[in-house]
Amino acid sequence: MGIPGARRAPGIPDETMASVATAGERTLVRRVSAMLFRHPKTKLAALLAAPLGWLIVVYLASLSLMLVTAFWRLNELSSQIERVWGLQNFHTLLTGAQTTPITLSSVVHSVYTVITFRTLGIAVAVTLTDLTLAFPIAYYAARLASSRLRPILLLAVTMPLWSNYLVRVFAWRIITSGDGPLQSLMRLVGVHYSVGASNWAVWLTFCYLWLPFAILPIYAAIERVPGSLLEASSDLGAHGWMTFRRVVVPLILPGLVAASIFTFSLTLGDYITPVLVGKQFFIGNAIYNLVGLASNLPLAAAFATVPVVIMAIYLTVARRLGAFEAL
Amino acid sequence: MAQSQAQVAGVRARDETRVAVRLEGVHKHFGDVVAVDGVDLDVREGEFFSMLGPSGSGKTTCLRMIAGFEAPTRGRILLGGTDVTRLAPYERDVNTVFQDYALFPHMTVEENVDYGLRVKRVPKDERRDRVEEALRMVRLEGFGARRPGQLSGGQRQRVALARALVNRPKVLLLDEPLGALDLKLRQEMQIELKQIQQRVGLTFIYVTHDQEEALTMSDRLAVFSQGRVEQVGSPAEVYERPATGFVAGFVGISNVLEGEAARRIAGSPSAFTIRPEKIHLADPDAEVRPDQCSATGRVDEVVYLGALTRYIVSLDVGAELVVVQQNLSTSSMEALQVRGRPVRLIWSRQNNRPVEAAGASEGPEGPEGP
Repeated sequence: MGIPGARRAPGIPDETMASVATAGERTLVRRVSAMLFRHPKTKLAALLAAPLGWLIVVYLASLSLMLVTAFWRLNELSSQIERVWGLQNFHTLLTGAQTTPITLSSVVHSVYTVITFRTLGIAVAVTLTDLTLAFPIAYYAARLASSRLRPILLLAVTMPLWSNYLVRVFAWRIITSGDGPLQSLMRLVGVHYSVGASNWAVWLTFCYLWLPFAILPIYAAIERVPGSLLEASSDLGAHGWMTFRRVVVPLILPGLVAASIFTFSLTLGDYITPVLVGKQFFIGNAIYNLVGLASNLPLAAAFATVPVVIMAIYLTVARRLGAFEAL
Repeated sequence: MAQSQAQVAGVRARDETRVAVRLEGVHKHFGDVVAVDGVDLDVREGEFFSMLGPSGSGKTTCLRMIAGFEAPTRGRILLGGTDVTRLAPYERDVNTVFQDYALFPHMTVEENVDYGLRVKRVPKDERRDRVEEALRMVRLEGFGARRPGQLSGGQRQRVALARALVNRPKVLLLDEPLGALDLKLRQEMQIELKQIQQRVGLTFIYVTHDQEEALTMSDRLAVFSQGRVEQVGSPAEVYERPATGFVAGFVGISNVLEGEAARRIAGSPSAFTIRPEKIHLADPDAEVRPDQCSATGRVDEVVYLGALTRYIVSLDVGAELVVVQQNLSTSSMEALQVRGRPVRLIWSRQNNRPVEAAGASEGPEGPEGP
């Protein structure tokens, strides 16, 4: 109990002093902990107070404020928000302008429809690509890699997240630019297609950016599958592909869905990469301009509900497929 | 012994076509660790064959090599006369019952049992009949729609068995399948497993570390130690005539006497074993016939086991013997009172079994010795 180098006061054993001090402390801690043990509801409240407060005040409040704003309107002359309820913002989103009647042609050609489907298409493409790339890496790390290699691999996977997001996007702007290394490489193998500032470049950059977020949940899911299940499948006559389709995929489905939620929603919400790497508008860019340039906060809020609705549909479908049953 | 060896060779030659599984000089190294160190084994068709040994003795590795989950470092594995050493598990006509059952949690009981038939594209009608038959065999009719998570340990065990049996493999491999069950259920399942094996006439290879289980269920068994086979034989052979000190010690409790103690009791310093139940506990001045061995000592410890009582006796010549007596007329009180008393141990000389000293690996006259 003695502190190294400290001189003991003559006649007073330091053990006694120390034990008296900790005993007082201990009884208070013990009393609180005993009280919490007898009142499990208080314990739960103490545990959840901070995150619940955060969720309600910061998260749900701003979300509902956004939803409410979507039904207000902008006075074009005074640029003031008029707190009058109406669906005119959604009409604008559907047809491109407040005065255009709703026809098939006006909906298809609405700038907002085009932007929504462009964003959605890239998000789906990025998700599929990332899942395809992430599975082998995650499988190797979880199943085949030695216990010494595994942490190194996981470190390597998360390494890009240490550097600044902007720096990484700029790096891809250089890689995919008209005279960048990717274009030279393509010319070398005889492909004469310009990727600079195209949606291909945006897709590539998004795939790179969100890959770690796809690998980690899939890795965790694969690691949880007992090795004996794969052996049992093989023992019962299934070769690799059958085992993959009938045993591995169903068992890691929650991990695949988690990974796809990350890649899908991150792509849906990003507005920097399209600006820096591509040249076309995504939902995020449209909202940014509606807020910043047009100062049309109600229309921006209305457009912001689109990704929310898409995600809600996506999660519902995933739930129907039973993706969350094993969680 | 030379004669018996010739007999074994003769039996072997006759049964040449009826060998279900043969291991030839099989070695398995994991890095620097030698898991299996030169194993030769023949498992005959239709027999219940156990691989018995402590953990780390190489028995499970041998089973996994027969199944195809591990490839031997050296040596060959034959299934029904065909070399399968380099074949993948799904190319081999064997099925495994795993220690943790390895049931697919996302499938129902029926789908689990059906799995092997489905991946082999057996017609649907036949599949349904065979699944039903397999579930009936393990007495799980009506459980088909449940998930493994809704079953008890014993039921899961049976699903695992049905899932393997439904494929009608040449050989069924069982990796300590009863290890996770409680004693009563384990004893029931032992009988049931043996009955099923006799009914379907399949070759069972059964890995266990429980010597009682191996003795009660097997037609023959192999005792493993440190990656080698110490002895192969019927339960009675292995129990009554252990080839090595290790076998004597592992299969049942056994007393090994050697050196000075052996010389003073049996007249020769070479090591021998004596089974605890063959020894009689008597008064120090009891009479000893010439065909009997005897030693005096004192009872150190008495362990009351219900039907039996185990006495640990330290001998005056400087060794310790375990004695087991049935509690035919003794009560626990009477048995416990013997503690600390001087006694004379008497046993028939013919029950002494010469062995190699404990720790030696191979019996020189083991029937399957390399």
